Amino acid sequence: MEKITQLTSKTIILAIDDVDTDQIVPARFLTTIQREGIGESLFIDWRFDKDGNEIASFPLNAPEAKDRKILVAGRNFGCGSSREHAPWAIYDFGIRAVISSEIADIFRNNSLNNGLVPVVVDTETHQWLLNNPEVEITVDVEACEVRLPDGKAIPFQIEPFARHCILEGVDQMGFLLQNLENIKAFEKNRSWQP
Amino acid sequence: MGGQSLFEKVWNDHVVVPETEDTPAVFYIDLHIIHEVTTPQAFNMLRDTGMKVRRPDLVLATMDHSTPTVPITNLEESLDAVSDPEPANQIRAMVKNCDEFGIKLHGFGDAHRGIVHVIGPEIGATQPGKTIVCGDSHSSTHGAFGAMGFGIGATMVGHVMATQCLLLRKPKSMAVNITGKLKLGVSAKDIILALIGKIGVDGGTGHVIEYRGETIHDLNMEERMTICNMSIEAGARAGMIAPDTTTIEYLRGREEAPQGAAWDTAVERWLTLPSDPDATFDKEVNLDVSELEPQVTYGTNPGMVVPISKPVPNPGDNMSFKKSINYMQVEADKPMLGTKVDVVFVGSCTNSRMTDLRNTAKILKGRKVADNVRMMIVPGSEAVKQKAEAEGLHEIFTAAGADWREAGCSMCLGMNSDKLGKGQLCVSTSNRNFEGRQGPGGRTVLASPQTAAASAIAGVIADPRDLI
Repeated sequence: MEKITQLTSKTIILAIDDVDTDQIVPARFLTTIQREGIGESLFIDWRFDKDGNEIASFPLNAPEAKDRKILVAGRNFGCGSSREHAPWAIYDFGIRAVISSEIADIFRNNSLNNGLVPVVVDTETHQWLLNNPEVEITVDVEACEVRLPDGKAIPFQIEPFARHCILEGVDQMGFLLQNLENIKAFEKNRSWQP
Repeated sequence: MGGQSLFEKVWNDHVVVPETEDTPAVFYIDLHIIHEVTTPQAFNMLRDTGMKVRRPDLVLATMDHSTPTVPITNLEESLDAVSDPEPANQIRAMVKNCDEFGIKLHGFGDAHRGIVHVIGPEIGATQPGKTIVCGDSHSSTHGAFGAMGFGIGATMVGHVMATQCLLLRKPKSMAVNITGKLKLGVSAKDIILALIGKIGVDGGTGHVIEYRGETIHDLNMEERMTICNMSIEAGARAGMIAPDTTTIEYLRGREEAPQGAAWDTAVERWLTLPSDPDATFDKEVNLDVSELEPQVTYGTNPGMVVPISKPVPNPGDNMSFKKSINYMQVEADKPMLGTKVDVVFVGSCTNSRMTDLRNTAKILKGRKVADNVRMMIVPGSEAVKQKAEAEGLHEIFTAAGADWREAGCSMCLGMNSDKLGKGQLCVSTSNRNFEGRQGPGGRTVLASPQTAAASAIAGVIADPRDLI
C-alpha cells in the first residue's frame, strides 16, 4: 500500500445516491482469481452503452477525470455486497479518496484496507461539493480534514488505527500477527470451544 | 452496570484484546465460511507471504456463487460443458486452494454443497453465540440463531485465515420490535422488505440490529433467516434474533451441533444469551405487521418498496429516484400490480429453503406458469433439493411448467449462465434489485415466494392472497 498523507486534486462528481457495489463492479466480473485488471470493469454498465461505446456524459469518462484523485459521490455510497473488487477498481482508476455524506460499512472497511480514503462529511459540505465541480480541494489524512478553496477546514473522522496504516502505507495484518500469543491464550482459556 | 443485549454478550465473549483509543479490538471468529469468489486473492496472499490457514477446522468451505445450476457429476468431465470458462477456472481454483491449505470442501457431489448461508445452519455449524464471517454480505443470515454474522472483504478474509481474528471497533446497537400477527399470504420476506422501506437502505448503517417481539418469536428458523439475511439491505452490520426453544429444536441432532453431554452444556449457555430485560440500545424502531400486505419493490434498491396494492410514489424532483424508476420502466402513481413479467426466480440465500419451496408449491399446485414467463426454482443446497424431492415438491413445480434446478446462488447475481436478458423483468425472491444485478439491463422486482409464484401463474405481478 502506498503512503497517503494528503491529497490535493479537483474532484469527480457522481451525484447519485445509494450507488451499490454491483454498479461499481458487476458480479459477472467477479469470476477472476486475480487482483489485477479489475479497474477495467469499473462502472462498466454506466461507462459504456450496449454496443461498447463510451457514454460521454458519464463523469468518469470526462478526459480530465483520469488525473483526478477525489470522487465526490451521492449519499450512502458503496452499499450492497462485500466484494473488495469495488475499492480495487476505484483505486486502479487513480482515485484515492471518496467523499460522501454517508458511506456503507463494508465498503468503508474494504477501502481502508486498500489505501482508498473514505471521507464522510456533513450534509451541507457534501451538497456544496456536489454543486461545485471544478474546485480543487485537499483531503488531509494527517489532520483529518477536508480543506475547501476558501481555506475552510471541514473535519472528518477516520478510525485511528486505519488512519495510522494509511499514513504509514502498511497492512493491518502486522498488528494481528503481533497479537498471536494473545490469540492462542484466548483459545486456550475460553469457557467453550467452537 | 445495566443489562446487556444479545449482541453485547456475543461481542464481549470474543474480545481477545480490548479496543483502545488508538487500536481496534482483536476480535475472535468462531466460524469462517468461504466460497470460490471472495477467497482466491486471500489464498494468493497467504501463498505470497508463506502463511498457513491457522485453524482449518474452523473453516466451512463450499462453492455456490459461480456454479452452474445444471447437474455436474464429475468436475473434470462435465464442468466445461455447462459452465462459462472463467467461473469454471474459479471453481477449479477453489478445489485446488482447499486441497493445498487443508480445508474440507463441500464440493460437487457432496450432500451439503450449497449456498454458504443455507449450509451453515443446515449442518448445525451455525450456533447461538458464535461469531461467523464470510466474504459475503449476507452473512447476517446466521444472526437468526443468535450468532453474530457479518460480511467481510477479501483482505479481512486473509486476516481470518491467518490469525482467526479481525480488528474491529464495536458497532452500535439497534432494536427492531415487530408486533402483530401476519395475515395469510404475507410472509417473513414482506416483513423485512417493509422494514427496509421504513428505515431506508442506510437505516441500519453502523449498527447491529436485534429483531424482537411476538411476531419474530412465532417465526420458524427459516423465516428468521429470511429476516436476518436482509439486514445488510438496511445497511446494518449484522442482524440477530435471540435463541429460544425454536432455535434449539432446529439444531438438535444436526451433524455439527454438539452431542450428548456437550449438547446440554451448550443449550444451557445459549439460553443465557437473550438480551437482559434492562438492556439498552442506541436506536429503537417499532413495526406493527398486523395489517401488512405483500410487498414489491419498484426501484433499484430494496428500500424502494410498496405494498402490492399501493401506487409507486411520485419522485418529485429527486434525480436519483427518477433515474431509478426510468431504469425500471415503471410509472409513478400507479401500482406494480399487473406489470408484465418475463422471468420468475425462486431461490437465493434469502428464500431457497424448505419453507420457501413449500410456500411456492402451495400456490403452484394444480396451476400452470403463464406462457410468457420462464420460472426457475433453485434450491439453496443439495440437501434442500433432496428433501424437496422426497416431499414431491419438484413434481408440483415441473407439472406447473417451472424449471427445477441444481443448488446455487444462480440468478440472484448472474455470475454464470443464469442471467436476465436486457430489459427483461424478473419477479425474484432474492435480496437485491440493483441495476443489472441479475444480468445487464435486467429489471428486478423483489418479492416473497408466494408473490413470485402468483406472478408466474398470472404472467403479471399478482397478489398471492387471491390464490390462497
